[in-house]
Amino acid sequence: MKLYELTITEARKGLLEKNFSARELTSACLERIKAVEPKLHAFVTLTGEQALEEAQKADTLLGSGDVRPLLGIPISIKDNFCTNGVRTTASSNVLRNFVPPYDATVVRLVTEAGAIRLGKTNMDAFAHGSSTEASDFGPTRNPWNIERLPGGSSGGAAASVAADEAIAAVGSETAGSIRQPAAWCGVVGLKPTYGRVSRYGVIAMASSLDSPGPITKSVEDAALMLEVLAGHDPMDATTSPLPPKPYRKLLKEKRENLTIGISDDYFNGVDPEIVAAVQKALQEFERLGHKVKKIKLFDPQYAIAVYTILQRSEVSSNLARYDGIRYGFGRDAFGEEAQRRIMLGTYSLSAGYYDAYYAKAQKVRTLIVEDFERAFQEVDVVIGPTTPSTALPVGSSKDHPMFGEISDVLVEASTIAGLPGISICCGFSKELLPISMQIMGPYFMEDLILNLAYQYEQVTDWSNRKPNL
Amino acid sequence: MSNDIRTITYQPVIGLEVHVELSTASKMFCRCSSDYFGQEPNTHTCPVCLGLPGALPVPNEKAIEGCIMIGLALNCDIALFSQFDRKHYYYPDLPKGYQISQYQHPFCAKGYILLSNNKKIRIRRVHMEEDTGKLMHQDLDGRAVSLIDFNRSGVPLVEIVTEPDFENADQVKEYLQKLQQIIRYLGVATANPDKGEMRFEPNISVRKAGETGLPDYKVEVKNINSFSFVERAINYELKRQSSILERGETPIQETRGWDERRHVTLGQRTKEEAMDYRYFPEPDIPPFQWQSEQIDALRKALPELADAKKARFIQSYSITDYDAELLTRERRLADFFEEAVKVGQQHGVEPKIIANVIINKKVDIDTMVPAELIKDIVASRKIEAIDETELLAVVQEAIASNPKAVEDYKKGKTNAVMFLVGACMRQLKGKATPERVKELLVARLDAM
Repeated sequence: MKLYELTITEARKGLLEKNFSARELTSACLERIKAVEPKLHAFVTLTGEQALEEAQKADTLLGSGDVRPLLGIPISIKDNFCTNGVRTTASSNVLRNFVPPYDATVVRLVTEAGAIRLGKTNMDAFAHGSSTEASDFGPTRNPWNIERLPGGSSGGAAASVAADEAIAAVGSETAGSIRQPAAWCGVVGLKPTYGRVSRYGVIAMASSLDSPGPITKSVEDAALMLEVLAGHDPMDATTSPLPPKPYRKLLKEKRENLTIGISDDYFNGVDPEIVAAVQKALQEFERLGHKVKKIKLFDPQYAIAVYTILQRSEVSSNLARYDGIRYGFGRDAFGEEAQRRIMLGTYSLSAGYYDAYYAKAQKVRTLIVEDFERAFQEVDVVIGPTTPSTALPVGSSKDHPMFGEISDVLVEASTIAGLPGISICCGFSKELLPISMQIMGPYFMEDLILNLAYQYEQVTDWSNRKPNL
Repeated sequence: MSNDIRTITYQPVIGLEVHVELSTASKMFCRCSSDYFGQEPNTHTCPVCLGLPGALPVPNEKAIEGCIMIGLALNCDIALFSQFDRKHYYYPDLPKGYQISQYQHPFCAKGYILLSNNKKIRIRRVHMEEDTGKLMHQDLDGRAVSLIDFNRSGVPLVEIVTEPDFENADQVKEYLQKLQQIIRYLGVATANPDKGEMRFEPNISVRKAGETGLPDYKVEVKNINSFSFVERAINYELKRQSSILERGETPIQETRGWDERRHVTLGQRTKEEAMDYRYFPEPDIPPFQWQSEQIDALRKALPELADAKKARFIQSYSITDYDAELLTRERRLADFFEEAVKVGQQHGVEPKIIANVIINKKVDIDTMVPAELIKDIVASRKIEAIDETELLAVVQEAIASNPKAVEDYKKGKTNAVMFLVGACMRQLKGKATPERVKELLVARLDAM
């Protein structure tokens, strides 16, 4: 096994047992990046030299018996996280030359935990999209088939993990931006409860929805990353004061006899291969001693309308600061998608339209929240496919302004409600593309969905498969 | 004459928006110092108040408390549910493209201030927002440029909006003085208009006398930085609008700016160009759900305000309405007076006398403590008992034995008299005040 193929948990073991150094591990990842990056374009900015310096320091610390959780682990950071002194563009021409003078809280946390930062990963510009084709710097390709899209907006992050360029990645989700690319790239994507992980320093897309989270090679890695990321941040008033949990420990606690909810609306119109794979996974859960129960959730199509209005409105506001006075580029530097969103959002917030659009969407949002609350009185978690299709061909998102909303239809409702969800691989299509399911849980029950995902991962071997690059 | 006719025919309708900067240590949504006045540009800034990508606002609790205290002091209802909203507009001094303000759910609403003639000025709302940066238009290497200083960006700002209840500029002026006094009493702001800590935007329109409905237009005047300019701007507008109405036309609804050099208002923006601020709830700050106990606690923490203090002074200390008014204008002076009364009690000095001394002798409360004042009063009483002839003899003796000083004085060195005062004081050993001695010396010398 190559060093770059390791999970965090495996690499950490190797580092602590001195089987290899952080510098060797980092060099292995950088070599891998050099080899596959021309095919993938997962990164916008690489910080190889800085990474090697950080690795050197990590080795010293390792030598002195330091055991912080990510010490010496090379990871990638999505390019919408501000990094002090390292260019941060959100893959947008508007911020092409922006070098932040500060670190996002998440970046600070992973750095303090000892992680080595390899570079900044590609995304749909300002996270507007689900393909990473809407990056102003060109698309990222899916490691399983470079003619396919990696999904998005954390497409670079998911691809960097699936292709073993990085041991793990930090991504962010507004609606699907972690789970959908993780699903298409066959890796683990965890979207925490809104407010569980700080948004401070994350270039805002839709502020009431944005949730940073990890993309990893294993469920245990996701639990470890969440331990590092979760918690109240005095710099983000929307973070929860609830203390985070010992997610790794809780992962291995035996949780039996759980009730898994499934809703027909989450399977309608979904690719039959995906439906079949998820149903097989549900059988696996039954074998593990859990019950599957049919429930009725709102048709996810309603979530699309609500999400579109809320997200566009917040986008139009959040992008107002790029007024051409600072950052070097004017509003004409916005790509087509950003311009479309700004126009729609500006319209829906305008006097005379606010009540019909934004205010109504907020009301429906409340209904969706209540709908899930009712569901979680009956069941412990809800499981469904993560995406209606497997990775689509490069070029599919062009000329389809609602591409993202359609491909994220199965995650939008839970996103609007602010619930946590995890996507894990549960099979492969005939075309050898990953198929994934998602487990959604009640607020702040990341430990529960991680535990179930872990149970499934232990009895299947999908996560061991590697793309042939 | 024509003026008189006009006042008979037309009646002003005036409402007022006042912005007050709170003097909290840090800014509204970040930890930068809010003390920007006279500071090197862009030194009190951080990602939050520069509106950098990714930065998030965290509300300053002290500032919100200050806003609610102002609301309480202005007899407002305090909303148990309130939230911040984003107000969008483009201006170079607004780094986020929106200002965090309050729209649908302000902290305080429906209050009033009573003027001296018992007229009630209703207060529509008191809300919290953030200040903007400041543009400086200047020449740089021969080019006319506009520079932006973000030191002021994010300084806490309270906006106090009245109903259109004012009938003339005098009422506006009295209201402003009262408002400033209340805010200063609360200790939440220094409210100096000349430093931009208190800003005024009157809405002015005119209707025919006897009409009760609001006119179908109003003129907002901006850029006013003193009480007297508010007065002048209002009176200027009344004349301008009345003469338009007299011609049988209706003034246009617009925003005008006060030109403080020419003392006129100039058109800036008409109704057609009015902005749509696209308000929506600020998603970065969770809404506030207050418990009524929290509001009660703030209410209990309110200091005694000027009106109440004045009434109490008249009652407890038997001082005149006029003296009480002067002594309570500023809280510090009122506190000084009360402290002096306490000390005075132990020395048999009446509050009435203390009030007289403070007001007539213009006591500098910055350099003197109340106990010193009482000591002086007690000392001057002893002096008054001294024989006038004895005093004159000492003065005469000093003049006779210091011919050099007398000569200097005569040559115009008026300071030389102080040498003679010193000589006398040594003889008198504190039995007379230097002021009295100087008075006598000067009279003598000038008569020589």
